[in-house]
Amino acid sequence: MKSIEASPELTLPGRKPIQLVDENGSAVGDLPDERVLRSLHRAMVLGRRFNRQATALTKQGRLAVYPSSVGQEACEVGATLALQADDWLFPTYRDTLAAVTRGVPAVETLTLLRGDWHSGYDPYAYRVAPLCTPLSTNGPHAVGLAHAARLRGDSLAVLVFMGDGATSEGDAHEAFNFAAVFNAPVVFFIQNNQWAISVPLSKQSKALTLAHKAIGYGMPGYHVDGNDAAAVYTVVSEALERARSGGGPSIVEGLTYRIDPHTNSDDTNRYRDASDAEPWRATDPILRFNRLLGVDESAYADEADRMMAELRAEMNKDAHVDPDELFEHVYAVPTPRLRAQAAALRAELAVDRDEA
Amino acid sequence: MAQLNMAQALNRALRDAMTDDPNVVVFGEDVGPYGGVFTVTEGLTAQFGEDRCFDSPLAESGIVGTAVGMAMYGMRPVVEMQFDAFAYPAFEQITSHVAKMRNRTRGKVALPMVIRIPYGGGIGGVEHHGDSSEAYYTHTPGLTVVTPGTTADAYSLLRAAIESPDPVIFMEPKSRYWSRADLELPARTDAMNRAVVRRVGQDVTLIAYGSTVQTCMETADAAKEEGWDVEVVDLRSLTPLDEDTVCASVRKTGRAVVVHESSVFSGYGAEVAATVSEKCFHWLEAPVLRVGGFDVPYPPKDLEEHQLPHPDRILDTIARLQWEDQ
Ligand SMILES: Cc1ncc(C[n+]2csc(CCOP(=O)(O)OP(=O)(O)O)c2C)c(N)n1
Ligand SMILES: [Mg+2]
Repeated sequence: MKSIEASPELTLPGRKPIQLVDENGSAVGDLPDERVLRSLHRAMVLGRRFNRQATALTKQGRLAVYPSSVGQEACEVGATLALQADDWLFPTYRDTLAAVTRGVPAVETLTLLRGDWHSGYDPYAYRVAPLCTPLSTNGPHAVGLAHAARLRGDSLAVLVFMGDGATSEGDAHEAFNFAAVFNAPVVFFIQNNQWAISVPLSKQSKALTLAHKAIGYGMPGYHVDGNDAAAVYTVVSEALERARSGGGPSIVEGLTYRIDPHTNSDDTNRYRDASDAEPWRATDPILRFNRLLGVDESAYADEADRMMAELRAEMNKDAHVDPDELFEHVYAVPTPRLRAQAAALRAELAVDRDEA
Repeated sequence: MAQLNMAQALNRALRDAMTDDPNVVVFGEDVGPYGGVFTVTEGLTAQFGEDRCFDSPLAESGIVGTAVGMAMYGMRPVVEMQFDAFAYPAFEQITSHVAKMRNRTRGKVALPMVIRIPYGGGIGGVEHHGDSSEAYYTHTPGLTVVTPGTTADAYSLLRAAIESPDPVIFMEPKSRYWSRADLELPARTDAMNRAVVRRVGQDVTLIAYGSTVQTCMETADAAKEEGWDVEVVDLRSLTPLDEDTVCASVRKTGRAVVVHESSVFSGYGAEVAATVSEKCFHWLEAPVLRVGGFDVPYPPKDLEEHQLPHPDRILDTIARLQWEDQ
């Protein structure tokens, strides 16, 4: 089944987002099978709990900062579940949930935000690159990894997340263009939550949709209802499959909304009306799936409780990092200067301990 | 006399500059209605309108490059880079164009613009939010690089930077944004191009800038107990370096330690140490030492206390200045 055609002459994306399940939970297109729908629902419900739990951890001082993806779960989960085992994911700081959905232990995705190290998991173990903060710089990385895989003859695709704001950066443009010219097996998933901290999309781009940008690079662009996990999953699955089989890159824009502040330390009252979010609450991705499947969040309540209890227990453990690690990973072999600095710090800390 | 913190003093400087000169425009990421992530541009859009203070698309190279064009046309853009490490996409514009335009055109085209960059650590930020990037800019001829260590200087330095005929990299020590001081504005401190002795002492000179000015003042207090009378010099201007003030101090004390947050290797302190060694050789009782970050990428929150210069480490360094030879 191909529900979304990649036309060889690259038709412009529609202005109306591609939708398979509408706001009322009614099917309006060819849905993925029941098993997929249930796994999307489950992952979104667990994901919402994860988002809420992580924000709560910031209030308890257990996390330094958390950029929540509440309201964006269909994007985080729908796009990630479309990946196959050999595929790679290049997330941003917003996409801890995507990493969790990919199977990275929750506590390891939070290392960056807890502040014990810059990245908490082994990227090769999960095929998930480190969460990326400098905007859009993960784009060229994704293209490079995908290109390398193609040169090696490996059949895999790479999914890279980017925000709406990030598409304004030069690296986004360069990544799109390289991907198209190299015919790299990449899917750019632009998570358009309509805000870049305080700046609305209208000040970011005059494109009809962000998916329209694809045309100029010579690749297909899809403008998808980002609160419809079925649509996100289907479109991204097909784009990844096309990429894997040599059909080249695409841009998929998920139109969604950032319900929460940019991070816990942001105050939305400084730039948007509380009412701005209201229409988007009504199109909530989980609500829609509750209606579609005739079950609500309670179906996964026990599982979510267990996971969150486990996460809290992990987060309550002291995340002590040995100061020696400061010097260990800068180069393959620490330089003499670094070894001397490590020794100096050890001596300094030993004196502190003696004095204490 | 009003109690102001550094962010408020900078805000007042922008406000006064915009009032005095209609060519001054402010733009960047989240600097409009939001007022900047550190509140430095708060209220400017409301007071001066969208044409004078506005949000641009999210692209630092675009921001700086656009400012170049605006400055060529006679405006005085003041642009904000949201954090130190997020100025890197603008590096090409800064090094290839901002720094070189006057020289390339034999003085025909000046670029009176200011690039504000919050820098340094100490706020428990995640990666890319704690870099000390000053040496990249001081190594680039054509740029004036300044950084306030006090709230009073923040106001004056920014006013002077905006009035400068040359492009200025204005580095704001973000861990000091909330340092309060009693200020009567618009008093000016004549801070541009000039270092200042913050505290007079006879035994050793601590040379600091930005966030480490406060750290060195605290160190000087603690040093009294050890029997050292410490002088503190606040550079304020990194390019140009006020050699006269620095050398006068070191010739008096005979000992010097440069203190900054950034990694020591190839850091700005190396330039200061070399200059002092050349110009004050016959007055020096000991080699010029440096206290700074280790030569590692800026660490995560839980480890940053080890990276940042602190009074104990500075005192230990002072102790190594060959006092036994006296
Ligand atoms: C190169 C760069 N410039 C600035 C920032 C600071 N910053 C962090 S998030 C953000 C807004 C990003 O908006 P968007 O791309 O829409 O992603 P969202 O946060 O909405 O998921 C900004 C300006 C950054 N991280 N990297
Ligand atoms: Mg966004």
